[in-house]
Formats: sequence, C-alpha cells, structure tokens
Amino acid sequence: MSIIQKLVRMARRRSPWLFHLNTGGCNGCDIELSACLTPRYDVEQAGILLVGSPRHADILCVTGPVTCGTRAALETIYAQMPEPKVVVALGNCPATCDVFAGSPAIEGPLDRILPVDIYVPGCPPRPHDLIKGVAQAVAILADQRTRKRPIMEGMNP
Amino acid sequence: MSWEKFFLALFGFPGLLYAVPIAWLMLWLERKFRARMQGRMGPPFYQPFFDFVKLMAKRQVLRPSFDSLLMMGLPLVAVSAGFVALALLPVSSDSRGFAGDVVLLVAFLEVPSLWAVLAGFASRSIFGQVGATREAILSITYNLPFLTAIVALASSAQSLRLIDIAATPTGGVRVLAVLTLGLCLPVKLRLTPFSISNAEQEIYSGPATEFSGPQLAMWELAHGLEWVALTGLVVCLGFPFRTGLWVFSFILFAGLSLVLVIFLTILAAGTARLKIPQAARFYWRWGMGLAVVALILGVLPNIERFCR
Repeated sequence: MSIIQKLVRMARRRSPWLFHLNTGGCNGCDIELSACLTPRYDVEQAGILLVGSPRHADILCVTGPVTCGTRAALETIYAQMPEPKVVVALGNCPATCDVFAGSPAIEGPLDRILPVDIYVPGCPPRPHDLIKGVAQAVAILADQRTRKRPIMEGMNP
Repeated sequence: MSWEKFFLALFGFPGLLYAVPIAWLMLWLERKFRARMQGRMGPPFYQPFFDFVKLMAKRQVLRPSFDSLLMMGLPLVAVSAGFVALALLPVSSDSRGFAGDVVLLVAFLEVPSLWAVLAGFASRSIFGQVGATREAILSITYNLPFLTAIVALASSAQSLRLIDIAATPTGGVRVLAVLTLGLCLPVKLRLTPFSISNAEQEIYSGPATEFSGPQLAMWELAHGLEWVALTGLVVCLGFPFRTGLWVFSFILFAGLSLVLVIFLTILAAGTARLKIPQAARFYWRWGMGLAVVALILGVLPNIERFCR
C-alpha cells in the first residue's frame, strides 16, 4: 500500500460526514441522532459532522421505513452522494419496517432499494449504538476503493 | 517588487508554505473554540487537513462537460486569488511592493466572494441560487465601508502602496479605518451574526451546496486562505511592527492573526444570525459612520493638495 493510500485511509477514518434522511419514520431516531451532536456525546471529536447536502456526505443515515412518497427522494439522494459512500440503516424501521410492516404505503425495508452496509437496531437506538454503527461504517468506508457502484435503474445523478 | 521576491512571497511566506498550514490551523481554531464555547470538546487539530485529504480522494459526480469545467474552475480561481492576495501583503520588512498594489489586493480579496456568487448560480441548485443572491447583496453592503476605509488609509498616507500605508504614523485615521476593516471581517468570512449567505439549517451551505469531492475541498481551502488574508490584512495595517528581523515579524504576524481568529470565533459562537436588512443597517450605520469619519480625517490635512 502506497503512502498516499494510507493517508487517504486515515483521512476517511477521521472525517466521516453524515447525511441524515427520514423516510417516513416517527422522528424518534432523528431525535437520538441529534442527541449525538450535543455536549454529552459530541461526535465532532471524532470528526463526524452532520452536513446539509448529500453531495458533501460520506455516510447516508436513513431512518424510517421507506414510504412510497419518499422512495424517489431516497434514490436521488443516494445517487447524488459521491463515491465512496456507506449506508447506515438507523433503527428498526429501515431494517424490518417494524410496526409499519404490511402497510400498502410502504416500499421498504431499505435493503430492497439500496445496498445497506450497517444496521443499527433499536426503537429508537441509543446514541451509543449510533456512534458504534458509524464507527463500523467508517471502517467499511476506509477500505473502499473509489470504485463505481452499479447505478440502479431509474436513478438520475 | 522584483519577480524573485514576488515568487518567494507567493510560494514561501506569506504564500503557499505559510498560508496552507495556517489556514487549516485557523479553520480548526474556529471549530475548536466554537465547540468549547458550546461546552463540547471539539475536533482534534488535524481535522481540517484530514477533511481536505478525504474530499480530494472522493470520486467526482459526472456532469455535462461545461458544467464540470465551470465547477472545477471557479474554486481553483478562488484559491489562486487567495494566494496572490497573500503574496501582496506587506509582511516582511524587506518587501517593497509597487505603486497601486492596494488596489490589486482589494480586487483579489473580493474574488472568492464574487466567485462564490457565480458558483451558486452555476450550480443551478435552488439553495445555491438563494445563497448567491444573498452573498451578492451582502457584498454591496460590506464593501461600501470596507473600500471607504481603504481609501481613507490611502489618502492619509498619500500613496496607493501598501508598505507606505502601513508605515504612516498611527493616528485617528488609522485607528478608525482598521476598526472598520475589523468590523467587516465577520461578514467577509461569513461568520455567524452575518452568516447569511451560507446559512446552515436554512439553505444548507449556500453557494457550495452542489459542490462535492475535490471541488468542495478547493472551496474549503479558498475559505481558509480568505481567513489568512483578511486577518493578515488587518494585522498588517493595524499593527505594522517593522522590527527588521524576519523571524520576529513572522511570529508577530502569525500570532496576532490567530488572536484575531479567536476573537472572531467568540463573536460567532455568542451571537445568532441576522437578517439581510439588519446586517445592512449595521454596516451602513456603524461601519459607514466610522469609515466616513476616517475618510474626512484622512483627506482634511491634505485638502489643498487635492484641490490643486
């Protein structure tokens, strides 16, 4: 491994930027995610930032089962994120649809639509769990080459 | 200024070799102090460097060829303008400058903000366009007192050469004009009471919303260079220590710039965002008031020379 590759690996480990997307959840996980930014957990120590634009982000944090209305937005946002990128399913909803399972308004769970790398279960998960999940996601991120993933059908980057 | 000296200033001190590490240091200081004021620990000191490396290593999102040319070109020009502006600063005691370099410096200091406006519109994102519009309105607002203060300094020194402006004895004109320049720093750096054009939680990152990977890294670097150049300008004009020894002037310049960064960060962490009319009222009342008094004080002693 060349020194530049080592440096890039180190940099990816130390500056993961999160983009948070609620695809129709109950807002519980979103509040737990916001709690990570407070003085008690302060994820900025680890270089984690919550960014407003998917184009700046490395990690896509999805909460909520994917409803019909949010599916197009989810796909657009995923396609807008530059490689390398990692998807974290935060909470039970994106993993299993939880209490919303079987609803006709649901297109989830998330792994039917996007390749999910990390599941953080819980309803809602505690901020510790989220931080642990992001730490694992960062390890996946660091090992990724800047390779091209197959662009999914109907996606418009 | 001879060519060798200019290249030394561009690539050595206060250009590339000095400016890039100190720009990252300033970006870190800003984040760290804001975090500490909010009761958090804040990022480690190497954070801006790793952010830069990570962004440089990201793959570009494909765009139509002209768009991608424009979106790569704009931040690169902003970075280059930052370096040239830094090279013009009268830091070391042997720099002589040339007649009219203050005009060139003001022009290059304005390039990053002007290019951010262009970038916002070029990205064709609604957030970018809103941010670009706000930045354009603000640049009219703050440039009036900023340029008036520079004109006041130049007219009191009777020269358009930075080194002469820095060397004039300190008086009322200099105090008022440097105070005005200092007032304009938060809005030029898009810091919180005036972070209207890149308002987080409102229009995401304003003009930079659609930029990703290396392009975003270049914008971050351009922003860091803006920090170094603008604080450097205030330090050069406000505290012109001409000690003669190169090392002393270097330490004083860097140290005072960092102190200024800390002051600006405390201001940013302690205030909430204003609206455009409030910001305009502030700058046209207080900034312009100070600048006009400085201008009158600067012009009056030399009035017969101007009338002749």
